[in-house]
Amino acid sequence: MMASTPAFFISFHSLKVLFADLIELVGFGESFGWASGLLAAMSISFLIINVMVMATAFYTWFERRMIGRFQVRRGPNRNGPFGILQPFADVLKLIMKEDTIPDAADKPVFTLAPIALLAPTLMIMIVIPFGTYASDQALLSNLNIGILFIVGVTSVNSIAIFMAGWGSRNKYAILGSMRGAAMLISYEIPMALGITSVLLLSGSLAMTQIVESQSIWFILVMPMGFFVFMAASTAEMSRTPFDQIEAESELGSGYNTEYSGIKFAVLFLAEFMAPIVTAAVVTTLFLGGSQGFEFLPGGIWFAIKMFVLIFLLLWVRSTWPRLRIDQIMGFAWKVLFGLGLFNIFLVAIETGLAERFEQVIKITDASGEVVSTSITTDYMLIMAAVNWIVTIIAFVILANFVGKKKYHRPEPTASPLANMGAGGD
Amino acid sequence: MYGLGLFKGLGITMKNLVSPSRQFNIVQYPNRRASPFDLAKMEDQNPISFIVGHPIKTFRSLLGLETLADRMPQHPNFRGEEFAWYDRRCTGCASCAKYCPLGIIKIVTGTSGVNQQEGQSYDIDVFDIDIGRCMFCGLCVEACPYDALHMGSGFEEGKYRRSDLVINVDQLKAAEKKPSTWFRPQLTNKGHDPIKGSTADWDEVGRHEKPSLEDQGERWAKR
Repeated sequence: MMASTPAFFISFHSLKVLFADLIELVGFGESFGWASGLLAAMSISFLIINVMVMATAFYTWFERRMIGRFQVRRGPNRNGPFGILQPFADVLKLIMKEDTIPDAADKPVFTLAPIALLAPTLMIMIVIPFGTYASDQALLSNLNIGILFIVGVTSVNSIAIFMAGWGSRNKYAILGSMRGAAMLISYEIPMALGITSVLLLSGSLAMTQIVESQSIWFILVMPMGFFVFMAASTAEMSRTPFDQIEAESELGSGYNTEYSGIKFAVLFLAEFMAPIVTAAVVTTLFLGGSQGFEFLPGGIWFAIKMFVLIFLLLWVRSTWPRLRIDQIMGFAWKVLFGLGLFNIFLVAIETGLAERFEQVIKITDASGEVVSTSITTDYMLIMAAVNWIVTIIAFVILANFVGKKKYHRPEPTASPLANMGAGGD
Repeated sequence: MYGLGLFKGLGITMKNLVSPSRQFNIVQYPNRRASPFDLAKMEDQNPISFIVGHPIKTFRSLLGLETLADRMPQHPNFRGEEFAWYDRRCTGCASCAKYCPLGIIKIVTGTSGVNQQEGQSYDIDVFDIDIGRCMFCGLCVEACPYDALHMGSGFEEGKYRRSDLVINVDQLKAAEKKPSTWFRPQLTNKGHDPIKGSTADWDEVGRHEKPSLEDQGERWAKR
């Protein structure tokens, strides 16, 4: 279904060819041939960093504006038309502020923490296939362990947040980052479980291969896996139902309490970049990546799906309140962990049966070696039907189980001091 | 049950986003974005000829760069700053200073050269009101027996120093006399409305007329 069409977006591969031709043309082909790869990688890194920073800047504006609308307020509307210059005003303000480092702070750790938080977020973008690529191409690199790379890189997040809290030597910061470390490590497990179920179906760790194997989007095939992954990644980027790391009302904004100036700007850049990156990952894993109808190029479809996911995250953020820390941990270990394991169990049985019924397509490379396996569309449809029924039943049972424990409000009783002397006794 | 309340909440916020009746009930103080129609109304032209005549202004207003002043409709009873104080009505009795719960009014009267037998009232040398600590309860206005002190109608009195917030007698004398109608039914009866810009002179603001010098002299002389 998903034929490997020629590259629409620029890729590392096409740029490398371009630079090699250029160097050849200038006449340094023999001595500087190696530079083509370096130049291509640097220019793509430059592109990724700048596009992501600008996208995040406008995303902050969009988020504040939309949440304002959701909560019957106006968002920023002063700077420029519809307040669209607000992010630049914010950044200008933060750059001009004094960049303070507390006396008691652990200075190297304190300084490195924003970088350690921002870098992994940007690094995820290396492996995301934005457009429709041939199987040996991607924007920067088509790692054959792409999704494993993402799992590894995102777990640096918790260390960075702990660095920020520990380095600033502040009780609120350390409380926030302790909560953060506990929460982020807990939610990595359901996230990995959600990813594992995708891997069972796609039969490959490479992101382009995962996209190609989605003849039916995996959100339709396994809604439970999507739910588990989405909830876990919402917690991973510490957004509102799970934003215990920076609970403003109780921790004085958590791990970034002591930060100011450009370091604060970088911390917040990383934090607001996380939804975009997460939307890109979820689009790749569950929404069929750049698949779509013919009349628009694949990159545009990818952007549309990302936008829908970001809107969903915004909607949830503007509506739901923050959970308590014990509720968050309980949700991770009691609900999401169980659901993720159950989902893997279900998908594993179904893929095992697919092999038995010979519904597996083996994809081979030129030498005839099996690169990856995927499942036929007909069998995926059957799987989708079964999984939806099982998901609904599981959710109803779970809701009954969780909803058993009701909070009993004590009946209000009159104070003995009320109406003193009015009874006449 | 079944966590359906979460989705109910999502529905409410989505309704907030979608339905226009839940939006735009906010006055964009101090100025709001002007549409081309607003600008045409301001220039007394019909919209089409305005759009044809001023394409740059129309474009700017569509981008949201043209604004016009806007504020909430304000009640004339509003208790605001810029106390309206009438030198000619004030006798320097300092009732306002005594009744002030915060003790922020300071009055010093000059008695030299004043012949009270002639019906003359004391000169007010000092009349300081510390607006920075005032809570605008209006008890000083209620206490004033001669209707000399009135609440004002403004609220845009931001200053850079707390000391600038102390209003002295010269400022009170020089201030525009726009008394609020709070606790002054006689002003309401006259149709006075400070928000619409109507001012009141010293002889219109009293519950009863101030006795003329002859009347006062007669009263003192006969006693």
